[in-house]
Amino acid sequence: MNHKYDVIVIGAGVVGAAVARSLSRYKLRVAVVEKEADVSFGTSKANSGIIHAGFHDEPGSLKAKLAVAANREFDRLCEELEFPFERRGELMLAFTEEDVRILQFYFAWGKKNNVPYMELIGRERTLEMEPNINPDVMGALYAPTAGIICPYEYCFALMGNALENGVELFLNEKVIWLGKKENGEFEIDTENGLKLNSTYVVNAAGLYADDIAGYLGITDFKILPRKGEEYLLDRRVGNLVRSVIFPVPTKTSKGMLVIPTVDGPVMVGPTALDIEAKDDYATTRDGLKNVFMHAQKMVPSIRSSDIITSFVGIRPVATGNDFIVGATKVKGFINAAGIQSPGLTASPAIAEMVSSVLLKEGLRMEVKPEFNPHKRMSFTRVRHLLEERNFGKFREIIAGNKNYSKLVCRCENVTEAEIIGAIHRGHTTLDGIKFATRAGTGRCQGGFCTSRVMEIIHRETGMPIEQISKKGKGSEIFPIPLRKGVSRG
Amino acid sequence: MDKTVEALVIGSGPAGMAAALALKENGINEILIVEREDAPGGILLQCIHNGFGLHRFNEELTGPEYAERYINLVKDKKIEILSGTCALDIVDDGDSKKAILLSEEKGLLEVSAKVVILAMGCRERNRGNIAIPGTRPAGIMTAGLAQKMVNKSGYIPGREIVILGSGDIGLIMARRLTLEGARVKAVVEIQSYPGGLNRNIVQCLNDFHIPLYLSHTITKISGDRRISSVEIAPLGESREPQNEKSFTLACDTLLLSVGLIPENELSLKAGVILDKVTGGPVVDSNLMTSVPGIFACGNVLQVHDLVDWVSEESAYCGKAAASYVRNGLLKGREIPVKPGNMVRYTLPAKVIAGTEAVISLRPMAPAQNMSIIAKAGEKILYKKKEKKIFPSIMLRFPVKDMPEDAGCIEVFFSAEDKK
Repeated sequence: MNHKYDVIVIGAGVVGAAVARSLSRYKLRVAVVEKEADVSFGTSKANSGIIHAGFHDEPGSLKAKLAVAANREFDRLCEELEFPFERRGELMLAFTEEDVRILQFYFAWGKKNNVPYMELIGRERTLEMEPNINPDVMGALYAPTAGIICPYEYCFALMGNALENGVELFLNEKVIWLGKKENGEFEIDTENGLKLNSTYVVNAAGLYADDIAGYLGITDFKILPRKGEEYLLDRRVGNLVRSVIFPVPTKTSKGMLVIPTVDGPVMVGPTALDIEAKDDYATTRDGLKNVFMHAQKMVPSIRSSDIITSFVGIRPVATGNDFIVGATKVKGFINAAGIQSPGLTASPAIAEMVSSVLLKEGLRMEVKPEFNPHKRMSFTRVRHLLEERNFGKFREIIAGNKNYSKLVCRCENVTEAEIIGAIHRGHTTLDGIKFATRAGTGRCQGGFCTSRVMEIIHRETGMPIEQISKKGKGSEIFPIPLRKGVSRG
Repeated sequence: MDKTVEALVIGSGPAGMAAALALKENGINEILIVEREDAPGGILLQCIHNGFGLHRFNEELTGPEYAERYINLVKDKKIEILSGTCALDIVDDGDSKKAILLSEEKGLLEVSAKVVILAMGCRERNRGNIAIPGTRPAGIMTAGLAQKMVNKSGYIPGREIVILGSGDIGLIMARRLTLEGARVKAVVEIQSYPGGLNRNIVQCLNDFHIPLYLSHTITKISGDRRISSVEIAPLGESREPQNEKSFTLACDTLLLSVGLIPENELSLKAGVILDKVTGGPVVDSNLMTSVPGIFACGNVLQVHDLVDWVSEESAYCGKAAASYVRNGLLKGREIPVKPGNMVRYTLPAKVIAGTEAVISLRPMAPAQNMSIIAKAGEKILYKKKEKKIFPSIMLRFPVKDMPEDAGCIEVFFSAEDKK
């Protein structure tokens, strides 16, 4: 196999996936290299899932410019790629006179950033919009263009569509060397011995973007990890909020939020703590207390006893605090680094910006007539049909494929057909399947469906049970067979 | 409607099968049991240890043996079991209930039934529910999942095991994994007393020299891909972990045995009201829920510690449900049952004056030489001395001859007559 590409993208998070899909429009050989076992498994999967309106960021910053521009793109993207997305609006709440002044400050920023339809609203209207909010609220900054999205499904959809349009993806391939040969070509070595060559490299390596740039002697920025803990609540608490609820921001973050998710359950968080290690994914007692203290101030009925799971995401904060997108002193090496919040929102605009930088750097970008912007759906989600008691439609689906009548995850109503669809789309870890289908994300957290999903992976891929992992090599669930020849089931 | 029966039983574990048999014995002939797994038996099938049936059959059986006895009885009585079938929804349909079933074989089915008996069992509390700080690596799972994979599929999760919680499944798995060559380094229990039965502490931990840390909890989980260690801390007076006294144990597996939750998602859809303490439906003395015609028994009603009591309770439920099919709603004044001193909960919530009832309860904490008393006004309906009581041991007793004018029945422990 000839591992020679026009462009190699390092990192298959939201930025890498968006760049890959953007480049798949053109007659180019593009590869994405990812160290984890699946797309979005680094920072992106732990995203809060908010498409911001864009009033949080300083006017003139790249963050503000790209977030506001990209927000408008999501209706079209959602139509093309069929990921869950809903415009629900953002509310930044004020509880003191000082807070009210801060709202005005961000309102002015939003105006400068061209955020449309923002309003400063009073107490009555805030409570009318969100009756579960603390009645001590004095008012809010309301931005209706903000939305909620499923971050990993968005990444899967972007990458899935990129692959359908010819991009190649290498998973479980950690880059351990990046150099430039005399002929100007880049060469990349991975831990497993894969060798790749390309004319251009896009650095979308998230937390490790400074290390990747470092191989080429680019040392003008560092990535500082900033940890955020998030807590997901049981579905049974219901729709506590409709819009995304913010406090006034702190110096380092947008504060701890109450977030409705597209899948239903409410999420609270994230914390924002600058940390030393880029792999400190531990939640803490203090983080939990902190998150619930702040969340309860805004929505008093939130209870930590409703937690079904928690997780940590680490934001890659670049020196200077803004996004770093552009060419570097090494010709052909393009940074898309320091993509912290509002990175998910800005991702389509970051990808377009990377494309135009590549064009300026001399990449020949000829539009591919066969490019298909629409993602092929490999399975239908039946959960909504069951929730809506739309049994007529469900019957039709079962008539087409009997595997839809096999319920595997009963907390989230995921059928065997959906699991098989996800496996055939390339998700072969339990986490990958969980993110692609929601199997195991519900209140029993995989207590019942784990063994069944493992059996299906085994049957569909031939992978031995003992090799089936949570998130790639080293995370096998049941690594030790008791004796050979034992039957399963 | 795809099928019409007199009684629909959801679940074919010990509860569902005992209820179905009692229905049959009491004259109900059109019965359908639905089972989501491939075969009947429920969780018993993964419980290959012994200790089942001492009360019910006067002999010691394994879980699959206990299940087999009931499966054979159900087959003998020609009661239909539809396996590979989930109940998605139950709605009112005139005098009957309509259940929407999803069958692997037959697709979506609508079944009409005069009565529905809920017997879905329970699920295990998981890590998220108890919010243990730390990372989220592989190697953390509920004891029941490990039990299923070890006993039914032949795979073990690791070699160096720590178990959080001293519930019975955790204790059983401590022994099971030890027998398979793994090293169980500790069982960590947040309470000052074990969560499981004493016989399991003796036979599963003490006999294998597995240390049990009472009043301790896990304060941190470490490990990137796979769990590498846990931090364990004793609890202080205020029941907060004392981090300065914490210690670390290296491990590759953490099993959770931190409680069971009755699985009532379907009950909620059907409009059944749940009890906040038991997590199961609020029922009357016939084990009928707040929705007339829907009954509940076994672990979906209240988490039991012995399957023998599940069978007993479910047979009682089946008999009551049969009477409902024949005679309709039992009329009579309802007398509430209230938990008193040292009683965590009582079940049922109310009894019908002039009828018999079986009351189940659990104590709040361990104690010695207490009398359990059920009183209606000044009249003592039941009294029995218990040498030792434990929250892990459910008590059950019958009450009869309730005064017609009783305002309520109070159930409480009393240390009054120590001699």
